[in-house]
Amino acid sequence: MDYEKLLSDHARKIKPSGIRKFFDLASQMEDVISLGVGEPDFTTPWAIREAAIYSIEKGKTFYTANQGLLELREEICHYYDRRFGVQYDPKDHCIITVGGSEGIDLAFRALLNPGDEMIILDPGYVAYTPGVELAGAVPVVIHLTEENEFKLTPEQLKEAITPKTKAILINFPSNPTGGFMTKEDYEKIVPIIKESGIIVISDEIYAELSYEEEFCSAAAFDEIKDQVIIVSGFSKAFAMTGWRLGYLLANPVLTKAMVKIHQYVIMSAPTPAQYGALEGLKSCEHEVEKMRDSYKVRRNFLVKAFNDMGLETFKPKGAFYVFPCIRSTGLTSNEFCEKLLEDQKVACVPGTAFGEAGEGFIRVSYAYSIEELKQATQKIAVFVKKYQ
Amino acid sequence: MEDKLLLALLQKNARMKITDLAAALDDSKDNIIERLTELEKEKVICGYHTIVNWDRTNTEIVTALIEINAIPERDFGYDRIASHIYKFDEVDTLYLLSGSFEFMAIVKGRTMQEVAHFVASKLACIDGVNGTSTFFMLKQYKNNGVVLIEDEDGKNDRLVVTP
Repeated sequence: MDYEKLLSDHARKIKPSGIRKFFDLASQMEDVISLGVGEPDFTTPWAIREAAIYSIEKGKTFYTANQGLLELREEICHYYDRRFGVQYDPKDHCIITVGGSEGIDLAFRALLNPGDEMIILDPGYVAYTPGVELAGAVPVVIHLTEENEFKLTPEQLKEAITPKTKAILINFPSNPTGGFMTKEDYEKIVPIIKESGIIVISDEIYAELSYEEEFCSAAAFDEIKDQVIIVSGFSKAFAMTGWRLGYLLANPVLTKAMVKIHQYVIMSAPTPAQYGALEGLKSCEHEVEKMRDSYKVRRNFLVKAFNDMGLETFKPKGAFYVFPCIRSTGLTSNEFCEKLLEDQKVACVPGTAFGEAGEGFIRVSYAYSIEELKQATQKIAVFVKKYQ
Repeated sequence: MEDKLLLALLQKNARMKITDLAAALDDSKDNIIERLTELEKEKVICGYHTIVNWDRTNTEIVTALIEINAIPERDFGYDRIASHIYKFDEVDTLYLLSGSFEFMAIVKGRTMQEVAHFVASKLACIDGVNGTSTFFMLKQYKNNGVVLIEDEDGKNDRLVVTP
């Protein structure tokens, strides 16, 4: 029987992630030094783990409300106000999701009709474009450039908006580029968003990992706040990737629609994870700060190491990735990463795994100790020398 | 350069090279050396020691925590008594505390007898000290933020490449 024939068009057409291919290559080799990981190297703070264990001991093993524990939603809303100055009502502005990933999917499904256009930034996180396609809509891609430090410019935004545009997805600080939008950068695009009436899905998962300048949320502008859906979660800031816990913040109409989808496909996010996250918000901000400080010095170290070896690398203001330009080697992103893996057993991710505009770049994660970064960059330098 | 970041790096690894510190703090080597010298002078940096787990060596070493009751002195408070205590080589660490006793000393020796003898013949006899209680350490789990026993907690099971 040809099971391929039974597959939906969506499932058949959707491309496997470029990361997956690279993962397969790297996992076949032994003793690989990897700088290819998109998750913190810190274990979840003990206070969070302990709170989750305690919740299990107390028998808190039932479903929570669809939207998630009210107490957790209240803490999230306090937290967003305290840290980023944006106010939401926990009762009807907030949903606890299974990671930021579910939040993105909910937003897409709640907004997009077949034929709608959704603006996506390239290079960008691997799940955005397939998510739009799964929702039956058309991704319209804006190519971000290094000369603009991978920010979204008003000219680019204006040009991409058509009468069919329903929304734009932005992610600052960005995976994979580390690009960052300041308040001043946002001020240039906010009037365009206001005027066009499009929705902004703002993936703010790396908000806490902002180094020089204060993080600015897309929802911090009153005139467009109701047009913004914030997607965030606990994975990066609280080192909770495996817990799969995220949240959405949006106006009540959008929230209500997204809760409808969430209640049928998920029911509610895992209860112990919700209790863990609650403790994280209450008592772990100093741990978040410690991790942020640690990422910052690693970033400095890595940016210098790449520039010293002759690969031009701009200093990202957030997230935990640098995005060195490898054009001077004459190799494509894919060639560079494959040869580097063969030659030095160091794994980085080709920029093209994050979209066409990633050609000429590689993504290097600094969620590693300085000792590991030092060892890996010494090997990369040996490799790069051969091509210069 | 932020002192907080410099100190955090050194606290984690006192052997970190000046070149690496400079790269991590995005500053020049000269500036790092200059700032380190200042911090040493100001006694912010008080040494670059190694955390040794003596339990894993053949060296005999006994550690005791000693609560010390003391009477403060006019003009000096507890400081003069403290100096009479901490000047002994056997005293590794000394704190003045709030609570039911005044000082907590961490004392090291080769044997329990040696430590007991030190407490009885030296510490307890200092003017102003009017009582001690000795607690011998049996096992060290964590010291200066470092877990000293086998613990799977720090093991990192991350996949090689993830988005």
